[in-house]
Amino acid sequence: MQAWTLVVFLLATMAVAYHLGRKRAIVRAGGASRIKDLHSLPAYYGLYAALWAGLPALLLMGLWVGLQDQILITLVTASLPPEMLEGLSDGRVGLLINDIKNLATGNIVSMDVTPAIQVAAEQYTRLRGIFQWAMWLAVAAVAIGGLSFAWASTEPRMRARNRVEGAVKVMMIVFSSIAILTTLGIVLSVVFESLRFFDQVSPLEFFFGTRWSPQIALRADQVGASGAFGAIPLFTGTLMVSVIAMLVAVPIGLLSAIYLSEYAARRVRALAKPVIEVLAGIPTVVYGFFAALTVAPFIRSLGASLGLDVASESALAAGLVMGIMIIPFVSSLSDDVINAVPQSLRDGSYALGATQSETIRRVILPAALPGIVGGVLLAVSRAIGETMIVVMAAGLAANLTANPLDSVTTVTVQIVTLLTGDQEFDSAKTLAAFALGLTLFLVTLSLNVIALTVVRKYREQYE
Amino acid sequence: MNSEAGEGARPRRTIDVVNASLKRRYAKERRFRRLGATAVALGLAFVVLLFADIILKGYTAFQQTYIQIPVSFPAEAIDPEGTRDPEVIGDANYMAFIREGLRGLFPEVTQRRDKRQLKGLISVGAAQLVRERVLADPSLIGSTQALWILADDDIDMLVKGHIDRHAPEGARRVSDQVIGWVDRLEAQGRVAKRFNTIFFTHGTSREPELAGIAGALMGSFYTLLLTLILSFPIGVGAAIYLEEFAPKNRWTDLIEVNINNLAAVPSIVFGLLGLAVFIGFFGVPRSTPLVAALVLTLMTLPTVIISSRAALKSVPPSIREAALGVGASPLQTQLHHVLPLAMPGMLTGTILGMAQALGETAPLLMIGMIAFIVDIPGGFTDSATVLPVQIFLWADSPERGFVERTSAAIIVLLAFLFVMNLAAVLLRRRFERRW
Repeated sequence: MQAWTLVVFLLATMAVAYHLGRKRAIVRAGGASRIKDLHSLPAYYGLYAALWAGLPALLLMGLWVGLQDQILITLVTASLPPEMLEGLSDGRVGLLINDIKNLATGNIVSMDVTPAIQVAAEQYTRLRGIFQWAMWLAVAAVAIGGLSFAWASTEPRMRARNRVEGAVKVMMIVFSSIAILTTLGIVLSVVFESLRFFDQVSPLEFFFGTRWSPQIALRADQVGASGAFGAIPLFTGTLMVSVIAMLVAVPIGLLSAIYLSEYAARRVRALAKPVIEVLAGIPTVVYGFFAALTVAPFIRSLGASLGLDVASESALAAGLVMGIMIIPFVSSLSDDVINAVPQSLRDGSYALGATQSETIRRVILPAALPGIVGGVLLAVSRAIGETMIVVMAAGLAANLTANPLDSVTTVTVQIVTLLTGDQEFDSAKTLAAFALGLTLFLVTLSLNVIALTVVRKYREQYE
Repeated sequence: MNSEAGEGARPRRTIDVVNASLKRRYAKERRFRRLGATAVALGLAFVVLLFADIILKGYTAFQQTYIQIPVSFPAEAIDPEGTRDPEVIGDANYMAFIREGLRGLFPEVTQRRDKRQLKGLISVGAAQLVRERVLADPSLIGSTQALWILADDDIDMLVKGHIDRHAPEGARRVSDQVIGWVDRLEAQGRVAKRFNTIFFTHGTSREPELAGIAGALMGSFYTLLLTLILSFPIGVGAAIYLEEFAPKNRWTDLIEVNINNLAAVPSIVFGLLGLAVFIGFFGVPRSTPLVAALVLTLMTLPTVIISSRAALKSVPPSIREAALGVGASPLQTQLHHVLPLAMPGMLTGTILGMAQALGETAPLLMIGMIAFIVDIPGGFTDSATVLPVQIFLWADSPERGFVERTSAAIIVLLAFLFVMNLAAVLLRRRFERRW
């Protein structure tokens, strides 16, 4: 790949620039014995030169690589005969462009290759070649230009260290802002696509409709595939799986945190706590496999022996395993808050003659309650956003049911299914995934904000 | 009670009330304690159950069944002109030679239907393996060799005892006749289980016996490498700025709140971001380690930043004051004095972030890492899949052989995670400093 060779070239240029800048500073100062005349250490002049050689060139390259594709597509689309694009939806045009690109790179093409497409593909290849070379030249020119500028401006009185430090500081500010940019990116990407979805489907239907069947009819006369986007069954399904998970995780997590922090001997605690926390480090796909191949068949056969009719992909199996996954989450958060309760409260309670369990139930838990609630809310937000377990162990059928032995589907399962099948962009089906994503993001975000505020308030209370 | 009250001579003392309730209270205390112990035991039991289940399901996949068949390589069929040209040698029909040898072991099989079953004993990929062998060693041409030939996955399962021989014939994947043949071969010592090298050297395949994790491992390697290159400097830079330089104002407060919230955003949302922004807007090629690493970088950054800040916080202010006192600039103080002392903590956090990235699946499904890719990727822009996604794909396959291989792939994944976490713990122990 030419891009990678270019990166290597830039790194090499920066290394050369460092040495040149350093040497130059010493020479300008009048030899190694006169270094004290320099404002900064020689290395800073080297770094100054390296930054001038590397940073502008890297920025230009990043911009170029990021925008090249868009510009190429615009150029190629503009060169297509207009009658080809007539009456095509945006999505179709996207497919056509995709085919042209595939043809150009020698991949499999989905439609018949007409001469016009052939020409477009050749044009695409040609333009891309030109762009690549232009990028090489431009970036190399900027790098050399930067280096010469640094070379020319190197003199003993130049404050190299201050300038380098200024650049480093700006870089650090940019790095810290990436967190903001990420949030902004998430919000913008899901909001824009969701708005387009709500153009086609009314929000009222989406949030309050009870039928979910995202297949859109390909032909107008097709039977039974009208597409219904009522997300209530998904919400109830998510809710049911999360509730089952919390029913498993909260009692076990909370009680084991209490036991380990209040009762257990030091050695038991030192051993049991990390072992339980192993559960937090296991990838979710492993839990999914465990749920689908071990727990679900077990529950099914157990149900059969009790005369119950259990779906092979029951909400119960997914919820149980998700609960196991969340146990360490609840237990370590509760452990933190229980340990934060001041010892004086315990001592006071014991002095009044309370037993240990009475102290825990009447004094420690009420004192730790806000923190525990915050932890549980965080755990709920995790359960709602958990994907792999439900993708592998819960079903696809959007049943509106309250029976945990039935198969249900969740928001995350639908996002995955809608986006991993054969996609057509701009169809309501694909956009629905983003609307679901927006809902998921907003719900988990508000849960997190509430939980974090509660936990922080609680910590401040005892610090 | 009433009789006591009736006596009425002695006033009831508090200590009596307490003593009367003591038994009940102690019983309650014991119950509560047992409840806690049960919860801990349950938690531990889940850990054991999970690991036992995976290991029991998966350990057999590290061995693979081979059948010894005398295969002759007639020179006139492989290389009639004796040129030893690899292209000519490679074109020969090796499956025919293997089948010939197999028929030699079972001369009584003449029916067409039975012959087809006999062919089913060996893997469809066996010919390719034999071909590679002959290409590597052309002196085999013209000789007859007793070769260990890769068995079909059904035979593999039968030999490993995963197929119930007592089930009715229609309900299992191998017929009575085939079981008889395999038993006969076993009696002759022609069936052996050997270490499953294919599992570690091949890409994925539709055939369980030919499927390996090499492609997924390389995909994970490239993805993690790039994630590390991106997230470590960015995370550390952001942490230093936020912890040491940032003025306390609205903007930095916003960044703080943001980072904490991002750490709790569902991973699948990052997949949506990757799909819409990186693939949709910037045109990064889908299903490559490049786009996966970009998404995972954004996902792990909060972890890296939070742990790096904690590491910076643990360096005492006296270090900073001493450095500033001898005339170092604020940035020199950070880079020359504080950073080296905080580095072990930062590395620990980064390793944990990488472990999180290695096990992540959901966002990668969104950005096309679930394509069926047989080739082993050789760079950041080759189509690839990663280990957890490979596990997800195999878990969906109905063949019994894939259950075993999925579990084995999970064992490999867990082993990597274990090593990374162990490294983090050791690093922390080795360099942890109490000031």
